[in-house]
Amino acid sequence: MTGKLDLDPALVARARELARRAGQPVVDLARSHTTVSVERAVLRLAGVTGADPDGIPWVNRLVDAVVADVGLGHGVAVPVFDALAREGVTDVTLLAQKAAAGSVRFTQPTGRAATAARSAARRAVGAGIRRIDRRRAERDRLVKRHGDPAQRPWIYLIVATGDIYEDIPQAQAAARAGADVIAVIRSTGQSLLDYVPEGATREGFAGTYATQENFRLMRAALDESSKELGRYVRLTNYASGLCMPEMATLAGLERLDMMLNDSMYGILFRDINPIRTFVDQRFSRQVHARAGIIINTGEDNYLTTADAVDEAHTVTVSQLLNEFFAHEAGLADWQLGLGHAFEINPEVPESFRLELAHALLARELFPDAPLKWMPPTKHMTGDVFRGNLLDGFFNLAGALTGQGILLVGMMTEAVVTPWLSDRDIALQNVRYVLGAAGGLHEDFVPAPGGFIRRRANQVLGEALDLLERIGEQTLLAAIAEGTFGIMKRPADRGKGLAGVAAHEADYCNPATEILEAAA
Amino acid sequence: MSERSERTGQHSSHALTTPRSGGVSKQIVRPYGDTTGDGMVQVSFTLPVSHDKRAEGAAVQLANKMGIDPAMVVHAKPMGDGFTFFVVYGRVNHLVDLGAVQVVERDFALLSAKEVNTVVKQRLRRKLSVVGACIGTDAHTVGIDAILNVKGIAGEKGLEYYRELKVTNLGAQVSVPELVEAARAEKADAVLVSQVVTQRDAHLHNTREMSAAFREAMPAGRRPLLIVGGPRFDETMTDELGVDRIFGRGTTPGEVASYLVHALITQRKAMA
Repeated sequence: MTGKLDLDPALVARARELARRAGQPVVDLARSHTTVSVERAVLRLAGVTGADPDGIPWVNRLVDAVVADVGLGHGVAVPVFDALAREGVTDVTLLAQKAAAGSVRFTQPTGRAATAARSAARRAVGAGIRRIDRRRAERDRLVKRHGDPAQRPWIYLIVATGDIYEDIPQAQAAARAGADVIAVIRSTGQSLLDYVPEGATREGFAGTYATQENFRLMRAALDESSKELGRYVRLTNYASGLCMPEMATLAGLERLDMMLNDSMYGILFRDINPIRTFVDQRFSRQVHARAGIIINTGEDNYLTTADAVDEAHTVTVSQLLNEFFAHEAGLADWQLGLGHAFEINPEVPESFRLELAHALLARELFPDAPLKWMPPTKHMTGDVFRGNLLDGFFNLAGALTGQGILLVGMMTEAVVTPWLSDRDIALQNVRYVLGAAGGLHEDFVPAPGGFIRRRANQVLGEALDLLERIGEQTLLAAIAEGTFGIMKRPADRGKGLAGVAAHEADYCNPATEILEAAA
Repeated sequence: MSERSERTGQHSSHALTTPRSGGVSKQIVRPYGDTTGDGMVQVSFTLPVSHDKRAEGAAVQLANKMGIDPAMVVHAKPMGDGFTFFVVYGRVNHLVDLGAVQVVERDFALLSAKEVNTVVKQRLRRKLSVVGACIGTDAHTVGIDAILNVKGIAGEKGLEYYRELKVTNLGAQVSVPELVEAARAEKADAVLVSQVVTQRDAHLHNTREMSAAFREAMPAGRRPLLIVGGPRFDETMTDELGVDRIFGRGTTPGEVASYLVHALITQRKAMA
């Protein structure tokens, strides 16, 4: 702890202990359940690729066929590799095609057949995980060759045209203009698709579909940019929604560098079933840990629906929970882009000092995490001039409090999807602030007993109270009652519940086995 | 309000007024820079050309065609490969006839939360049921939440705060059949739909689909009041979209609540 806020170490330790206590039952739940998307991710690692003529991926067809014959609770790996041996097929994608045509029956084998199927599945999935390992090593080499950005925070910029071939030149132009991280926003509604679309896509709504091929194309383009610019330009996408585990897997296979991956976002903002989300989230984080991917959590979203002053402590609580879930899944501190945002109403007296208190609290609580600092959206009114000023203060708060990843705010937020000129003006704003005051965090130590220290300690206190209250019930009950971001989300409701199953006694998931053995 | 903008407001109320042949007054105004009638405007835009003398000339040409003459290019900045950003100040030669402006004026009284509650309680004698949702693939609940959540917006509490309103917020990405079913189950007096995403006119398609579904599912007298809101709607398109009211940018919960009381209680009683 660097000690700029004089936080009581005993209270901080207590907060972490309470987060662990609140999170552990959820982890237990995640360890004893599986989902269709987890099983599809396993099959992707085992080598199933492609989609049927209607665009439905073969992994979906194969999982559906297995579930129809033996259910989901055993895991699909053993029935699939048992069928592979019985059918004398060597290619799992071919098996998926046969299964979709209805010419393969699946059973849950026992005895020697089960042992053989288990080891065959483990070999195939192990090969997939080794591909992820190779992509991670490749990233390490490229970062070493081209170098990291010269400054912190890294400058994070969003591209979202809907057309991957339009996104590529925009992303490359953004990198040239100073962006260190490119995020390709997904098409609206993709989070609720229960399959991952295939191939390069040119049609999207307010974003571009996340597909394995789009990932590959954009990563290759940014590899060119990295070479040209002499710094490694990172690529971000979304491991969220109903296909979270598969997104994580595809990101690992295509060397994406960051993934948005919040523990509760899907529950609160997309009304995805809580259990589905927690099971998917744990698997996806295990994959991210292995792939060396930095996750970005979504606490900024709470402040877009709830008041950023009254509910500041819910951000802290969520960060502590996200940290617990991330550590449990094997992620290291450097991989935790914990989110928070500059969303206090600028009309509130001392709003900037309050922002500094909240931002510094996050910095001090998570000293080794590359915090993700999110720009104002809720109080961007269409007055672009005022918006540009607000973004300048946001950038300054980022520099003063040593944030790790800075999402570039657009003065046209809530008006249009950013124009070329909006992006240029926004980057100019960032460059000015970081150029003029980039090292100011060294000098910025709030006065003892002053406003900022008092406010930070107050928020920590409120976070502790909330964690105590969650501890008395359970995290699932707290979510059901609308504790985070006001939305009420009961555990027996929400989208994707049908794709969840409790483990049978003989449940087998070779991916989890390999990932947990390494952790 | 700053001294400067007060001064502006004063001048604009002294707008040039000339009588029209039909007796309707014609009020002509021009943009205001720092002197009445100077017609000064400021615009910014990007042209897909590299920055040089010719590019600045091109910016002046565009400004001239927009009616800005003389046009001063006060800022020109190259952006990326082959693009230049311009800020142009100049005098626009267009006139604005205030008499010819057409807008949807608020045709109902603005009531306080307390007044809304009193009217509902005394004249409806039961809670007024409101069902809200974002339909289609739109996941942006910011608008509907600002109107419905207790939290509200800009210091004004949302409809959940009104004691005499029963609010059901279905949240994001609700399908039209789900919405119709919820409206039926909640015996909705009014259905509020928020649409933020406008790519390919999704907000218009979704709204038409929604109103058609309600027309099909319920007879005219039993249908709830249909209201859509979002930043990009044209408030005059109610007939075309098959809804009772459209609320645009900057609408507050108080306006929506007042409208509900007007349309469902005061106006209906007056007509009966």
